[in-house]
Amino acid sequence: MSADFLYGIEVIINGLMAGVLYALVALGFVLIFKASGIFNFAQGVMALFAALTLVGIMEGQVPFAHLINAVFGTSIHHFGWQVPAILAIFLTVLVMIAFAWAVQHFVFRHLVGQEPIILFMATIGLAYFLEGVGDLMWGSSIRTLALGLPQGGSIWVEEMTNGLGGDDFYGFFIDKLDMVATLVALVLVAGLVAFAQYTKQGCAMRAVADDHQAALSVGISLSYIWVLVWSLAGIVALVAGVMWGAKSGVQFSLSLIALKALPVLMLGGFTSIPGAIVGGMIIGVGEKLFEYTIGAPYLGGATENWFAYMLALVFLVFRPQGLFGERIIERV
Amino acid sequence: MDGAAPYVTADGRQIGGVLMDMRGITLRFGGVEAIKNISFDIREGEIRAIIGPNGAGKSSMLNVISGFYHPQDGEVWFRGEQRKPMKPYQVARLGIARTFQNIALFEGMSVLDNIMTGRLTHMKTGLLAQAIWKGRAEAEEVANREIVEKVIDFLEIQAIRKTPVGRLPYGLKKRVELARALAAEPKLLLLDEPMAGMNVEEKEDMSRFILDVNDEFGTTIALIEHDMGVVMDLSDRVVVMDYGRKIGDGTPDEVRNNQEVIDAYLGVAHD
Amino acid sequence: MLYREAGDFKTSYKADSQTFPIAFDRWRYWAVLVIAFCVVPFFVNAYWANAILVPFLIYAIAAIGLNILTGYCGQVSLGTGGFMAVGAYACYKLMTSFPDVSIVIHIILAGGITAAVGAAFGLPSLRIKGFYLAVATLAAQFFLVWMFNKVSWFYNYSASGQINAPERFVAGIAVTGPNTAPWAQYMICLVFLTICALIARNLTRGTIGRSWMAIRDMDIAAEIIGVNPLKAKLTAFAVSSFFIGISGALFFAVYLGAVEVGEAFGIQKSFLVLFMIIIGGLGSLFGSFAGAAFLVLLPVALKVIGVDLLGWPTDLVAHLQLVIVGALIMFFLIKEPHGLAQLWRLAKEKLRLWPFPY
Repeated sequence: MSADFLYGIEVIINGLMAGVLYALVALGFVLIFKASGIFNFAQGVMALFAALTLVGIMEGQVPFAHLINAVFGTSIHHFGWQVPAILAIFLTVLVMIAFAWAVQHFVFRHLVGQEPIILFMATIGLAYFLEGVGDLMWGSSIRTLALGLPQGGSIWVEEMTNGLGGDDFYGFFIDKLDMVATLVALVLVAGLVAFAQYTKQGCAMRAVADDHQAALSVGISLSYIWVLVWSLAGIVALVAGVMWGAKSGVQFSLSLIALKALPVLMLGGFTSIPGAIVGGMIIGVGEKLFEYTIGAPYLGGATENWFAYMLALVFLVFRPQGLFGERIIERV
Repeated sequence: MDGAAPYVTADGRQIGGVLMDMRGITLRFGGVEAIKNISFDIREGEIRAIIGPNGAGKSSMLNVISGFYHPQDGEVWFRGEQRKPMKPYQVARLGIARTFQNIALFEGMSVLDNIMTGRLTHMKTGLLAQAIWKGRAEAEEVANREIVEKVIDFLEIQAIRKTPVGRLPYGLKKRVELARALAAEPKLLLLDEPMAGMNVEEKEDMSRFILDVNDEFGTTIALIEHDMGVVMDLSDRVVVMDYGRKIGDGTPDEVRNNQEVIDAYLGVAHD
Repeated sequence: MLYREAGDFKTSYKADSQTFPIAFDRWRYWAVLVIAFCVVPFFVNAYWANAILVPFLIYAIAAIGLNILTGYCGQVSLGTGGFMAVGAYACYKLMTSFPDVSIVIHIILAGGITAAVGAAFGLPSLRIKGFYLAVATLAAQFFLVWMFNKVSWFYNYSASGQINAPERFVAGIAVTGPNTAPWAQYMICLVFLTICALIARNLTRGTIGRSWMAIRDMDIAAEIIGVNPLKAKLTAFAVSSFFIGISGALFFAVYLGAVEVGEAFGIQKSFLVLFMIIIGGLGSLFGSFAGAAFLVLLPVALKVIGVDLLGWPTDLVAHLQLVIVGALIMFFLIKEPHGLAQLWRLAKEKLRLWPFPY
């Protein structure tokens, strides 16, 4: 096999893993949309906020330090302690649950029954709000996430695949972190699907996703389910934030990943958990392949900025409901 | 009454030749056949009722006539010419207007604006003229406003013309929807359950309006309706549908005495 | 007692459908115009022009444009930044390729080019609706920014990738370039805004405006009563992009003088204009003005209070701004989804009855 072809395979494998990470963010969208019909634009910022909170807790930062210093003229920054990773993760999950409750109680409880466009714009407002709060709480400089996750290329894989392509080929370069992320994501998806199918709450969640009124009439508490769903989305956001953060540092661009999740949802449909995974992988592979074969050689590179959206756009024109979504039959 | 020869009804209305002819219409949604090989016609100037139990396919038939659904089989003939498959807005241009079972008014606009949208097929000024407004566009707007005001007078809704439609009670919304359809000065008016959800007084008002429309403007009307009293009183001829098939077609009296229709829909009075 | 319509009966349909049926409103409208055209130019200084007035005028044009597309026609667009970029770059290429033609012509042509691009990106709206369309417009946004960055023909092969507006004159007065007086900047933007607002008013009160609103409210019913959805939606995209293109051209040539596409016309710009029409009021021309004014004034006010008065560091104030804007968006959507325009309308209703309660 030629080295070029093998490099192409490497691009595909890396694309699949990038796709899994996209899918992680898309999962959060699907959860909330399924249960409440809200398209949560703030999902990406939630990932950023969760990661920031995790780092902040671990490093013993004082929340809102900057603001407190400005108002009271003090000069505090850190508590002086370090929190172990497991405890920090647990505390961050609590914060995300509190956030879910607050969002439900102060915002979306009052927007029940509004048109989808209004709900969507509310989540854009929420995204800005959360971004500002995150900056106020933990500051806006780039942070590194030191969770002890394996980093760097996997020597093992490189050595195993060295012989495949002759002298020009040095073995597949697969990042260990990507492998861990893929594993985590698959476990998470399996867990979520099991939760939705087999637990009482999961069943209630699916009922709410189908029909609010009907769910209410059998005694399901909408606000409980919504807090639950936003909490789950928050946990998914935490995982996504950790994975992406470990790759490239915890910074604002993390929230832009959310925008990338949109084409994933276009392809996979807004309401399908497996669809989010498949959509993510198609986008991940598609992006990298396009850049490798056409973008870098002929178009000057950096096509990953827009290719996913164009792909989704073209796809939508032919199949407006995505791969897994339900066909929209309009009635008059 | 046989054949397609024009005639005059007992109360002096002119019924002309065949206006709309549905031939062998079959409509399927996936595996479900909503309409099975139905043929009937509508004559110019008459009031044609389409009745039948729920789920018989009556609204679907109206949607086929509007061009919203495209039948897999069959032909639609309008004014002597076969109608090619076309988009709903092209059907509207032919002169077919309708009301909807669940009110489809534009909730963000006032009553007046809603009825003005009924004039869309008649308003022709281009974008540039509208941007300038003074001159052609304004003149056309005023001219069409006059026609709309006549419709408003006819349906007696002057008091609410500036009210946002969302605030109106159900009965008035239905009337505004009728006004919007009338404003288009249609050749064929389709009414989908115009009396639904109304009390006796409102039904009497609506019946009067429908009869007046047919009488004064000579508009051909096809209506879907469940209230048998209304159907028998208003219509010249009736089509009966059941599970997508046609089980009756004729004058109200003929249909009333049709055994199949009685079994499927009308029932028998119990002592 | 001044704000009355009792006894003021209209005797023609023309009079009934005018923009300001109440006499007081008409006087107010003319007063504002007189002040804007005849008074302000004599008092405006560089700070006021650059920080407040010129950006307000330019964003108002963009807000009107986006409101036509999203507020009146119901097509969500997140591509405003990209379309402003089209206007800016089109203006730049025209200015540098035809230096003898008036900049006014260039700006209008730039609007026209943006209209064509907007209509092209609007084609998917026939198949795609709601959020899906929002994502499609994101495709436009990211692709356009990438294109103006990569394809060096657009910035005349300059090494920095930036475009600079050459000096241009209207009636002998400099309107672009470093020697422009603040009042000249203000004036050219004001003239464009007035004309754009008039056109927008005319279009939204006529047939095409009703077609747009019909599609927004119930697109299936709209088609059945005779609206050609293709024509109506593409017209909305084209008209909207025309205005947005003009605002982009003015933003580049008159306001900033030099832009780099990523920071001037990125996705943040799209959100900013969208927030303006949400807070101002969707489907309302007044709302476009109100929203633009609000979001131009807010950072200035925050900076004055936070940095100048309270002495806080600027990045803290910037973070607070995000929090406040986000909170306001959610607040408006909960309490008054129709924005400042609705609040204004309600206030006027109260005023019509004052001093009576009802």
